Amino acid sequence: MELINLNQSIAKNAHFIEEIGIESGQPVQKCYQCGKCTAGCPVAFAMDYTPNQVIRMVQLGMKEDLLKSKTIWICASCSTCSTRCPCNVEIAHVMETLRIMAGRSGTAPAGKAKYVEVMYNALLSTVEKYGRTYEVGLVLQNNLKSGKLFNGAEMGLPMFQKGKLKLSPSKVKGAAEVARIFSEVRKMEGGV
Amino acid sequence: MRYAYYPGCSYHGTGKEYESSTHAVAKKLGMELVEIPDWSCCGATAAHGKSHLLNISLPARNLAIAEDMGIMDVTTGCAACYQQLAHANKRMTENKETREKVNKITGKEYKGTLKVKSLVEAIGTIDPELLKAQVVKPLSDLKVAAYYGCLLVRPPEITGFDDPENPMFMDNMMKLAGAQALDWAHKTECCGASLGVSNLDVAVRMINRILKAAVESGADCVVVACPFCHLNLDWHQKSVNKQLGTTYEMPVFYFTELLGLAMGISPDELGLKTHFTDTQKVLSLVG
Ligand code: SF4
Ligand code: SF4
Ligand code: SF4
Repeated sequence: MELINLNQSIAKNAHFIEEIGIESGQPVQKCYQCGKCTAGCPVAFAMDYTPNQVIRMVQLGMKEDLLKSKTIWICASCSTCSTRCPCNVEIAHVMETLRIMAGRSGTAPAGKAKYVEVMYNALLSTVEKYGRTYEVGLVLQNNLKSGKLFNGAEMGLPMFQKGKLKLSPSKVKGAAEVARIFSEVRKMEGGV
Repeated sequence: MRYAYYPGCSYHGTGKEYESSTHAVAKKLGMELVEIPDWSCCGATAAHGKSHLLNISLPARNLAIAEDMGIMDVTTGCAACYQQLAHANKRMTENKETREKVNKITGKEYKGTLKVKSLVEAIGTIDPELLKAQVVKPLSDLKVAAYYGCLLVRPPEITGFDDPENPMFMDNMMKLAGAQALDWAHKTECCGASLGVSNLDVAVRMINRILKAAVESGADCVVVACPFCHLNLDWHQKSVNKQLGTTYEMPVFYFTELLGLAMGISPDELGLKTHFTDTQKVLSLVG
């Protein structure tokens, strides 16, 4: 992280700080950096900013660094942090809000974060199409899009042999209703 | 007890042993599980990364259909699905504005009258005497490490039926089935969930910590209540061994499989033959 001018950052991003507070519904201003969230976070070892750093960065209006961070994608949403925070900040929900904001702002995640985004998109596109998750389709799509030799490839055959992967999707009768949910949400908030 | 039952997308695939053992055990206990007609995906593991509204609306369609069934309680075995359904239910019952907005999106009217329970809660709140009466082959002295993971017990505002740091529901059920439920440190540590799909190198380190704690506690097996937990701990055990040079051979069971064994249901009917980590060692222990 380079040097930043905090006064400038806070002034420039006052709107962002407020927006996070409202959209996540979390009292982020209350955090006093005890570090309990990070101490219990099972994914902290793979993050670029730890959970307590993320909350501090929100307080300081460091919008760009946050939206570019790997942390907000790699967070496993386990809510250990939220359950333990003495100030009742649901940090997991702040992470989720930042992730959604990053998507809306068109900030492209890189590396490990990108793999997470690719998986989200692959999953949701099968749900939009069939109304349910379709595991084989997911494995293939994920492979193609992330350009990574997805571990599912080595996973596919033994799964199939145990009868645990179906080769055709099971389509919901109301698949059109599910597709409608996607289009209505898009209409309402633009995006998805 | 009647429940509107939500199978979840892994029901015929990666989680099929869970599905078959759930139905077999429910039958023994006189629980009626009525499948929610034409249920659709609840959006777990993905929708929350895209949109708050989508994340509530995908489960909401299922809640609306379930409400029309005239059954008060919804249950599901998948911890991720449970989290999704319970979260949407809470948001929609406590906030009228959210409810109306989401109903507009789904085109279905959910009034907010349902209770969402995890399968662990549904079976775990059955009269212990009734459960014990069904145990014909006690799992004598089998040492189990009950693993709850995260989404079943956290955040407590959404889940709330058990302690978020030291849950006991599965431990108590295992004791009723004659097993020895161990006190161990990683009951609620996250297994990495979908990181097992997107970033396996991160997930294996998380899975490793859980398996290591289970081995150190002296467990014969780990017991889970979620197809994702099972996938990570059972299937990815091989990846952990390969990537980290460990030698785990820890069988991982759904709690319904072990309850089923104790109730004398055959291993075939329970689906015990399709695990990735060999279960034979434990099966011979319990005869
Ligand atoms: S646990 Fe809460 S108060 Fe402590 S550092 Fe984390 S967010 Fe801040
Ligand atoms: S929810 Fe995310 S940030 Fe919080 S403890 Fe879990 S992985 Fe870490
Ligand atoms: S969480 Fe999984 S199992 Fe549950 S409905 Fe969605 S994709 Fe299916």
